[in-house]
Amino acid sequence: MTQATAHATTAPTTTVQATTAHAQGQQHPIKLYLVVWGWLFILSTCSYLVDYFHLQGYLRWSLILVFMILKAGLIVAVFMHMAWERLTLIYAILLPPVLVLVFVATMVYESDYTLFTRAMFFGTGP
Amino acid sequence: MARPTGWQGFATDWASDQRAFKDVPWGKVMMWIFLLSDTFIFGCFLLSYMTVRMSTTVPWPNPSEVFALRIGGTEIPLILIAIMTFVLISSSGTMAMAVNYGYRRDRAKTAILMLATAAFGATFVCMQAFEWTKLIREGVRPWGNPWGAMQFGSSFFMITGFHGTHVTIGVIFLIVIARKVWRGDFDVERRGFFTSRKGNYEIVEITGLYWHFVDLVWVFIFAFFYLW
Repeated sequence: MTQATAHATTAPTTTVQATTAHAQGQQHPIKLYLVVWGWLFILSTCSYLVDYFHLQGYLRWSLILVFMILKAGLIVAVFMHMAWERLTLIYAILLPPVLVLVFVATMVYESDYTLFTRAMFFGTGP
Repeated sequence: MARPTGWQGFATDWASDQRAFKDVPWGKVMMWIFLLSDTFIFGCFLLSYMTVRMSTTVPWPNPSEVFALRIGGTEIPLILIAIMTFVLISSSGTMAMAVNYGYRRDRAKTAILMLATAAFGATFVCMQAFEWTKLIREGVRPWGNPWGAMQFGSSFFMITGFHGTHVTIGVIFLIVIARKVWRGDFDVERRGFFTSRKGNYEIVEITGLYWHFVDLVWVFIFAFFYLW
């Protein structure tokens, strides 16, 4: 009887300990998520206002990119817990997408050429 | 022995004749690597959209006008897309809190927050269906539209369609895991019907990773397709 109760009381605690040990590092106060949530709302409103006020040219593009990068950064760092991961995982996941920028540069060059040939042969300038 | 951190930790982790990703459960690593591959898929979509938009000699339709809604007699630019953005961000907020309560083993709160996330996701998909219907009625097709460059339609349907599919799969994934949490599968270590493995609350975080990724992709689509 005593053995049974002892077993019943110790069993849940050991599992709880096991999980808390496993989940270590990803226990953050709820307030943090609420603050990030708020910031994402603010940043989204800002990027919407860029369109609402019809900003144009480089101002528009740079503001869109800044708000986009800030939002993406907050989501990846806090919501996806990347800020608390080891550097090994961070680099394995975040470095390859950055290299896509090389691909972007190639395609910018390529589409400029396509536009040039279209303008040359169809005579329809942009 | 404490592991070195920073650059030294980076070098020793990769150099060691063991697993490279320490302290990270394999399920989470697998989800991260899947998301990395998904990043390339969406990256290629956005890249091809950039390429066709830059190389067309016909003016690109103005998304601000195309996605405007008439509410109370006034045209409000991009309003539906803005609401969709807020809905998806809210779903990410509830998901982040669900992960937190999952690790605290608070079954009820975790399941409710996951279902709230799924509800936000379903709302998003419904709004997207509305948007598609509206545009198709106005004559947008993958091969043409009334306002300008014909590549607009194909880029739009491809990018938002693929994203919407991801949201839909996410909603199903969330409901499946929320049911398991609610039933207490991870407290009694009940074996899964498909893998026959014992699950634990890490699956909530893994589901969360997928869900936040869907939100993340939307951030890029919103910036490049709708605002640019």
